[in-house]
Amino acid sequence: MARTFDIRRQTGFPAIAMACFILLYLPIILLVAYSFNAGSSVAVWEGFSWRWYASAWENDQVRAATVRSLILALSATVLATACAVPAALAMARPGRFKGQGLIFGLINQPLMVPEIVTAVALLIVFAAVKVATGYTGMGYLILAHSAFCIPFAYMPIKARLAGMDRALEQAGQDLYGTPFRVFLRITLPQLWPGILAGAMLAFVISLDDVVITEFVKSAGQDTLPTYMLGQLRRVVTPEVNAIATVLLGISVVMVVAFFFLSKSRK
Amino acid sequence: MIEVIGVTKVFPGPDMDFTALGGVSLTVQDNEFFTLLGPSGCGKTTLLRVIAGFEYPTSGSVLLDGKDLLAQPPYRRPVNTVFQSYALFPHMSVAENIAFGLEMLNKPKAEIRKTVADMLDLVRMTPMADRKTSEISGGQQQRVALARALAPRPKVLLLDEPLSALDYKLRKDMQLELKRLQAETGITFIFVTHDQEEALTMSDRIAVMNAGTVRQIGSPREIYDQPSERFVADFIGETNFITADLVGVEGDGSGLVRVRLAGGVETHVQAPSSDLASAMSNGPVTLAIRPEHAILVDEPQGLLKGALENVVYFGTDTHFHVALDDGGLFVLRQQNQPGQRSDMSVGDRVGLSLGRGVGQILRD
Ligand SMILES: Nc1ncnc2c1ncn2[C@@H]1O[C@H](COP(=O)(O)OP(=O)(O)OP(=O)(O)O)[C@@H](O)[C@H]1O
Ligand SMILES: [Mg+2]
Repeated sequence: MARTFDIRRQTGFPAIAMACFILLYLPIILLVAYSFNAGSSVAVWEGFSWRWYASAWENDQVRAATVRSLILALSATVLATACAVPAALAMARPGRFKGQGLIFGLINQPLMVPEIVTAVALLIVFAAVKVATGYTGMGYLILAHSAFCIPFAYMPIKARLAGMDRALEQAGQDLYGTPFRVFLRITLPQLWPGILAGAMLAFVISLDDVVITEFVKSAGQDTLPTYMLGQLRRVVTPEVNAIATVLLGISVVMVVAFFFLSKSRK
Repeated sequence: MIEVIGVTKVFPGPDMDFTALGGVSLTVQDNEFFTLLGPSGCGKTTLLRVIAGFEYPTSGSVLLDGKDLLAQPPYRRPVNTVFQSYALFPHMSVAENIAFGLEMLNKPKAEIRKTVADMLDLVRMTPMADRKTSEISGGQQQRVALARALAPRPKVLLLDEPLSALDYKLRKDMQLELKRLQAETGITFIFVTHDQEEALTMSDRIAVMNAGTVRQIGSPREIYDQPSERFVADFIGETNFITADLVGVEGDGSGLVRVRLAGGVETHVQAPSSDLASAMSNGPVTLAIRPEHAILVDEPQGLLKGALENVVYFGTDTHFHVALDDGGLFVLRQQNQPGQRSDMSVGDRVGLSLGRGVGQILRD
């Protein structure tokens, strides 16, 4: 059998791969490890304790930020998914229409435009709206997060639709199902894994956003990530590690669930 | 009764439009097993999709019992399809798949349950009613697809090469099963295949299609014994084509005409159809003769003469390849009899004898 090019056999490859993994994961392992530090340094190990988790739990600011983050992520997830489903349906159906490529680009704008640009743009627009309406609630954050979460919700749904057999919907119609009933009974049930996967991805993305949140939030609207950023500018205690570890845990759970959902074909 | 009248379907293309159906007309009677037969790409699936409602014809009309079918969306047509890919709903069990059409028709629960049970019985799938469709074999999926399409009792059932994915043995079983189902349900079947043997054994009538047009419609016998043109004769079974001169028409309405063969002898052969016979003019024509319709005889008795070029033994029969004196090759098939010994060997001079009326003039 002819040997094909195998990157794994190249000199130095194992070493480089190893270095990359260490670079990726060592800091995270350290961060998690020091969240259990009994001392108040993030660099000197003084023994195991749950102390910083307890401290974070009892910190009112952390609690408020957590609640805010969850509300924000949930709202953004729901809104983004609600937009992504019809968008994917319209884009993935056959019968290409004029400007389909352009619309695809527009939907995915948040993936291409630098986040800081979006953040500044939103800051300017929302500032004007704030002045005009006097409203300073969570609405701005929810809108902003929904917007940049749409492509993340959209992608898995579209992938799912693309992999779906068109003949199934035709079979549904052939068996006397009106287009709407076929959508409910055939299309939607098969789309669910994609929708759930998209929603989870959107949730995680919203949960750890810093840049846009930092620019859009009004006073006293810290989310967990922006609270942590604020803390880091002052005293650094393993409390931040503890919060980060919890966030990491949530993300890992979501991403693993996403992985299995997007794999479950049929 | 389903009437397809002058249906054309043109698919617009980037640089050139493509005519998938070029004026197809045919009538299928109630409770008929009607087969569309033709090479790949000749428009069989397209015609089925027009009847089912997934494709709208560029021109022409389709009537079901005299009523315009094209005005109805697919979900209002009393026509069900067994898709080539089966298209079973993967998120439903076998029984749920079969119940789907009945549910969409808003039948009462009790009736649905009963019909589904009957259908499962009919296709012998009762033990697997609760299986997922991904957990059954290809042949079983095919039977579920059939049951699902039959359950709402359509007037017409369209079957798009439903047996092509099955192995030989299972295909034979399913052919019998399909015939049984059709007899039991009394539903009109329009069946698509490109397997000529399948078409010949199963159909009441066959429409042979080529390049978006119907070339000939008839019973399997008519299609096989009296192919109207070279394409049909060539596509169905094996055929020898020889040239001859038309010298006269019998006035007795038998549809027989007299031709002079290469060696100068005259014989009677079939005209494309008996009403065409009288309208034919003398001159060169092409004859189609099936390999099993000619008889190998001693040279002096033969209408056609030549040298034996090859003898191929096939178990049930033997093929004789004869190099005719006028240059053509003639393949002749003879059934093997017990105790029979062939004393002919390659290179021998032989003759071919044709019975009265054996051989068919092809329209061109
Ligand atoms: N949507 C379409 N757009 C363009 N061309 C098409 C379309 N559908 C079918 N065709 C063309 O029309 C012709 C007939 O297709 P059709 O599927 O009816 O063939 P078929 O007789 O069913 O062949 P097969 O035996 O391979 O299934 C083919 O040449 C095909 O390429
Ligand atoms: Mg086809």
